Amino acid sequence: MPYLNVSGITKSFGGLVAVDGVNFHVEQGEIVSIIGPNGAGKTTVFNMLTGVYQVDVGEIVFEDHPIHNKSPQDIVQAGLSRTFQNIRLFGNLRVIENVLIGTHIHTKYNFFDSLFRTRRFQKEEAEQTLKAIEILESIGLGEHIHSYAQNMPYGAQRKLEIARAIATNAKILLLDEPAAGMNPQESEELMQFIRTLRDKGYTILLIEHDMKVVMNISDRIYVIDHGKKIAEGVSHEIISNEKVIEAYLGGGAKKDAAN
Amino acid sequence: MTYALIAVGFSLVFGILRLVNFSHGSMYAFGAMIALFFVGMHVNVWLAILLSIIITGVAGVVIDKMALAPLRKKKSIPIAGLITTIGVSHIIQNLLTIWFGSQTRPFPSLVELGMVDLFGTRIDARQIMVFVVSLILMGILTLVINRSKVGLAMRAVEQNPKAASLMGIDVNFVISFTFFLAGVSAAIAGGLIASTYNLVFPMMGFMAGLKGFSAAVLGGIGSLHGSIVGGLVVGVSEAMAVVFFGSAFRDSMAFVILVLVLIIRPTGIFGKKAILKV
Amino acid sequence: MKMKMEPFNRDFITPIEQFLTKFRIPAWVLLGVFLLALPHFGFNTFIMRLFIMIGIFSMLGLGLNILMGYTGLVSLGHAGFFAIGAYTSALLMVHTDLPFLVTLIAAAITSGVVGGILGLPTLRLSGNYLTIVTLGFGEIVRMVIMNWRSVTNGVLGVRSPRPVMFGMEFTFANHGFYYTMLVLLLLTGLTSAAILHSRTGRAFLAIKEDEIAATMMGIRITRYKILAFTISATITGVAGGFYASLMPHIDHDVFTFDVSVLIVSIVIVGGMGTMRGMFLGAIILIAFPEVSRFLMEYRFVVYGLLLILMMRFRPQGILGWKSRLPYNLPKLVQKRVETGVQ
Repeated sequence: MPYLNVSGITKSFGGLVAVDGVNFHVEQGEIVSIIGPNGAGKTTVFNMLTGVYQVDVGEIVFEDHPIHNKSPQDIVQAGLSRTFQNIRLFGNLRVIENVLIGTHIHTKYNFFDSLFRTRRFQKEEAEQTLKAIEILESIGLGEHIHSYAQNMPYGAQRKLEIARAIATNAKILLLDEPAAGMNPQESEELMQFIRTLRDKGYTILLIEHDMKVVMNISDRIYVIDHGKKIAEGVSHEIISNEKVIEAYLGGGAKKDAAN
Repeated sequence: MTYALIAVGFSLVFGILRLVNFSHGSMYAFGAMIALFFVGMHVNVWLAILLSIIITGVAGVVIDKMALAPLRKKKSIPIAGLITTIGVSHIIQNLLTIWFGSQTRPFPSLVELGMVDLFGTRIDARQIMVFVVSLILMGILTLVINRSKVGLAMRAVEQNPKAASLMGIDVNFVISFTFFLAGVSAAIAGGLIASTYNLVFPMMGFMAGLKGFSAAVLGGIGSLHGSIVGGLVVGVSEAMAVVFFGSAFRDSMAFVILVLVLIIRPTGIFGKKAILKV
Repeated sequence: MKMKMEPFNRDFITPIEQFLTKFRIPAWVLLGVFLLALPHFGFNTFIMRLFIMIGIFSMLGLGLNILMGYTGLVSLGHAGFFAIGAYTSALLMVHTDLPFLVTLIAAAITSGVVGGILGLPTLRLSGNYLTIVTLGFGEIVRMVIMNWRSVTNGVLGVRSPRPVMFGMEFTFANHGFYYTMLVLLLLTGLTSAAILHSRTGRAFLAIKEDEIAATMMGIRITRYKILAFTISATITGVAGGFYASLMPHIDHDVFTFDVSVLIVSIVIVGGMGTMRGMFLGAIILIAFPEVSRFLMEYRFVVYGLLLILMMRFRPQGILGWKSRLPYNLPKLVQKRVETGVQ
């Protein structure tokens, strides 16, 4: 059984089938990308993986445990954590607070510990804060610890989202278009960074609509269009796949391929 | 049935701005008091109510322009709009009290119709008239919204203000027009009720506003025919509460209904459910 | 997305903040001494009563702030919790011989439980709709008080005896009420602060900022919303219980929608999400009707105008700035960071 196995997941809204029987799998330590034109159903796949949507048909199995139709909270606990296409940070909070919220599920002291500031509270708070600082430093946000999340530059905000996901002790990071809105140089840097994350032992599942961005770093790529998987394989196979070229050129996303 | 007319005002504004307009109840009192003012100046009752309708409608627009429009421009948090309307409501109610005194005043009837027998109960024919007039007004309002150009623009803004504005719709005008309609419907409700019960007082808007609001929520806030049904349900259940539990429970019915509806079916009878987008 | 910094106060607030942080302990001691000595400056009963009311409404503000300022849930029915606290305590004092402290705790628990129950609809409701349910709740509480004659004595209200503690009857003359208020206010403040700087407080803030993102961080949204309701209602209940002991007589007319609006206004005028703001909000809005008597009947018009102008020009509240000081790291961490690499 693969690390994360997705088989035949389907989701429809009203009459519209957004995702139709998609299969894929991810092995531990891989970088796997799901690409496709805008509106292909990529984010819907993520939403099913993270429990935002229920799947109509199909199953998702992580580390031999089915996780489909579990609550988002249970899925985070199981080890899947995500970022968002349009950044969803806690903007009015400090950077470090954002990461501390990520550690929420692993903080064990109870409400009364915090009311009476018990030793357990002090100890755990200190541990989690140190952990948060460590994550931030490793991701290159060390000097931003005290800033408010919304006052940071765009690229740093993207990184903070990843840091926050890491803080949940995630085993698989689901990154939803992490390079959106970045210039080529910034997105290249980000991809390098994602590679270092993989080298640290994280398994990474990426969504991207611009295939150039993920070409170089992905171990394997899945292509979906109109809710269906149309191709899978390593980078050079995907580039030369006719269905993929057609989807990108013939579909509504000429601009993406032309870029 | 007048609850339905008040509910419409809430629904109109909520539909366009996603704002619960707490000043709407006081607009209703305002409408009634202005009508009374003209009656006091020996103007014909019908003309007085007509004048009050126009003035209240304009007042609605003015309130929006002065208090709410700046907030929209700044893209303030929703609670800011809510508090602002509460502030407006304070101002209107207290100004009314200052100008007219807090006591209850008599108000002349529009017409004397006497009592009629209906299904074995004797009711004042004026109540039936209120019902009929409300129904006609609702009909007109529905026509305006579904058939006229402004109505189309209103529905467009309701769906997506930004897209509507890109399509060349003057969103600000549409919002003003909505407030005008809301003011008008409040004044009509005020005038009708005043002439039916022959009584007006500055604080009459508070309870009526809350109940009209309950009616709007019950029917599905933002939906016009929902408001009519909601208004009827609130009105009827109040009457039933009086019969079965005694008059002390009259005022609480609306709230009990309100809370129950929100817990069981938050979108109301005719509301639609939105899909969660991430 | 980016919010512009406020045009003013930035430049002079920061030094004040730095100053206060540096001299934190003397500042607190000074404030404490001032508050303890306040009754002995020779104010008359009217002024002392005003101070106590400000204290009570600061508590109410702090209570609502947990719901509104931290968790982002707006309640327009807090007069209901205030009433539940007041009636619980007053009725127990009338019908039983329980000591005042016990009736106060009972008030807190009753109100808290009801708060938790009211929090249940948060399973399905959000935003405006939840606010509306709280509004309905506030009115229903009032209706229950008016109609449940066998218990609440209906519209006639309840006459409660003066509380006695440690064999001493609380009066205005011996300042028993004032000092009780101070103690309760201090407890409320400490509780608020303790909650804010903990896992629970961060979960609240996360929910306020972005519910979906918070869910994706594994925070059980519903559980925390109910918790916020419960804590908020508990604090409000305590304030109600104390209020009942202060007043010789309470009835349904004390706990109207206007009171709910007043509490919301305190939170907003002072600065939603801040604690300092609650005290200022209560001082301004409670003292306002008293100091503005010269405006006579126009004062509530001015009050409405004040709310509108606030929303337009300073929606974050008078004291609603975000601190520019570094984040307050836990002590254990500070030590390690200082001795460590840097």
